[in-house]
Amino acid sequence: MFETISYETRGKTAWITLNRPDKLNAFTSLMHKEMVSAIKEANKDSNVRAVVITGAGRAFCSGQDLTGSPEGADYGDVLRKGYNPMVQALVAMEKPVIAAVNGVAAGAGMSLALACDFRIASEKASFIEAFIHVGLVPDSGNLYFLPRLVGHAKAMELAVLGEKITAQQAKEFGLVTKTVSEEEFMLEVEIFAEKLANMPTKAIGLIKRYMNKSWESDLNEVLEYEAQAQKIAGESADHQEGLHAFIEKRKPAFTGK
Amino acid sequence: MSNYETILTSIEDGIASIQLNRPRVLNAINRPMVTELLDAFESFDRNDEVKAIVLTGSERAFAAGADIDEMKEDTAVSLELLNQFKEWDRLATIKKPIIGAVNGYCFGGGFELALCADILFAAENAQFGFPEIKLGVMPGAGGTVKLTKLMGQKKALEWLWLGDPMTADEALQYGVINRVIAPELVVDGAKKYAKIVASRAPLSTRLIKETVYKSIDYSTHEGMQFERKNFYLLFSSQDQKEGMKAFVEKRPAEFKGK
Repeated sequence: MFETISYETRGKTAWITLNRPDKLNAFTSLMHKEMVSAIKEANKDSNVRAVVITGAGRAFCSGQDLTGSPEGADYGDVLRKGYNPMVQALVAMEKPVIAAVNGVAAGAGMSLALACDFRIASEKASFIEAFIHVGLVPDSGNLYFLPRLVGHAKAMELAVLGEKITAQQAKEFGLVTKTVSEEEFMLEVEIFAEKLANMPTKAIGLIKRYMNKSWESDLNEVLEYEAQAQKIAGESADHQEGLHAFIEKRKPAFTGK
Repeated sequence: MSNYETILTSIEDGIASIQLNRPRVLNAINRPMVTELLDAFESFDRNDEVKAIVLTGSERAFAAGADIDEMKEDTAVSLELLNQFKEWDRLATIKKPIIGAVNGYCFGGGFELALCADILFAAENAQFGFPEIKLGVMPGAGGTVKLTKLMGQKKALEWLWLGDPMTADEALQYGVINRVIAPELVVDGAKKYAKIVASRAPLSTRLIKETVYKSIDYSTHEGMQFERKNFYLLFSSQDQKEGMKAFVEKRPAEFKGK
C-alpha cells in the first residue's frame, strides 16, 4: 500500500513505521504524503485507539533527505506542502500518538517525535537539533513544541548549539516519558500502547484537544473549554462504564466511546 | 411537519430547527432546497409557537457549496429570467431570530446561506470559504457584499481572491461568526442560545433585529431616527408595561409578545 512507510493495525493499536532504513528513514515528499494518508487512516478507523510511530532499522528518522531535494526548491513551500500538513494531522488526531524512538531522531525527525503525545526512547536512541549545522532553523513545529516541552532556556540551548542528546539526557529534560533497554524496547512500547488503547479514548482525545488549545488561551477561555469537554465526556459510554465499575468494585472495560 | 425533501424541520420548546438534509452531497444547495428553506422559514416566521429558528447542517458539512451540476449550462439570460435570487432576498425578510450552527465545510452558497443567519456559532473544525473564483465565477447570493461589510474591504478581497478556506478561529477573529464551540456541542450551543433569546421580549427582539440591519446601510443620523421610532413603538406594547412593572416589583417579567 505504501512505499516509504508501513502501516498495520495490531489489536487496537495502529503502527506506522518509517521504512527507508538504508536512508535512516529520511523524509521525502512521498513520505510526507504517505504519512498524512496513514494518519488519516488511523484517525478514521474507530477500532484504532492508540497510534505508534517508529522507524525501521537503526534510526527513528534522520530528517529531510538532503540528497533528494531539488536545487532551487523553495524551502518554505516544502514545509507548507509536506511537513506542515503531517504535523497538523498528528495534532488533530484525537487519539494518543506515541513516538517509539528506536534510534537517532535528527532534524525534522526530532520534530516528528515532538509532535507526538508521548515519546518512549530506546537507550540507544538520541535526539539532535541538526538544523543549525547546515545553517537552517528548526521547523515542522519544532520551535513550537520544544520550548513547551523543555522550557525556553533549554530549548534555546538545544536548538542553537545543536548538540546530540542521549536518551538518558532526554529523560532528564522531560522530553521522553521513559527510556527502555534496546532488548525490551518493542515489548515496552507495545505494553504502553496497549494500555493507552484500553483507556477512555474519547476523554483522551478531549484532553489532547484542549491541552493543545490551552497554549493559545487565557484562564477564562480554558475554563469554558473544560466545561464543554466535561459535558461531552459526561455523555460518553466510557464515563457510564467508569461509574458502574467504581460502584461494582470491578475493573472498567472501556470501549473508547 | 411538512414533507420536505432536502431539509428536516421540527419545533421543540418554542425553538424551530431547520436541518439541511442532502448529506450524500455534503448538503450542496440546489434550487429546490432554497425553495423549501424559504417555505420553512416563512412558515416558522408566521407560527406563534416559534420564538427563534436554528439552522444547521450535518456533522461533516453545514453545506459544501451550491449544486454546480444544476447551473453549469446556464447563461446570463437564463439566470436573469430564472431570477433565483429572489428567494434569497426573501430570506432576508424573516423577522424572527435565526441562529446558525456550522459544523465542517461551509463553502460558497453554503457560506452565503450561513450568512443569512443573524447569529453564527461554528465548530472548532468548521471551515468557511468562497471558492467560486476557482470555478471562474464569484459569489452571487450576497457573499461578496456581506463578507465585505463584516470583515472590511482589505480582508474580504484577500479571501475572495484566493478562494481558500478560513478556519473557525479566523472567522471569529474577523467578526464573521459569533462563537467557536466544540464540534459535539455546536448545535446544542445554538439551541441554548436560541432559548435565551426566545425568553426575551419578542417584539424587542424583532425591532432590534430590524434596526441593526438598517444601521448597516443607513447613516448614523438616519439610523438613530429609525431606532427612535422603534423605541417609541415598543411603548405601545403590553410587554413594555409588563417589563417595567416587573423591574420595579423586582420579579422576572412574563412577556407575551404583544
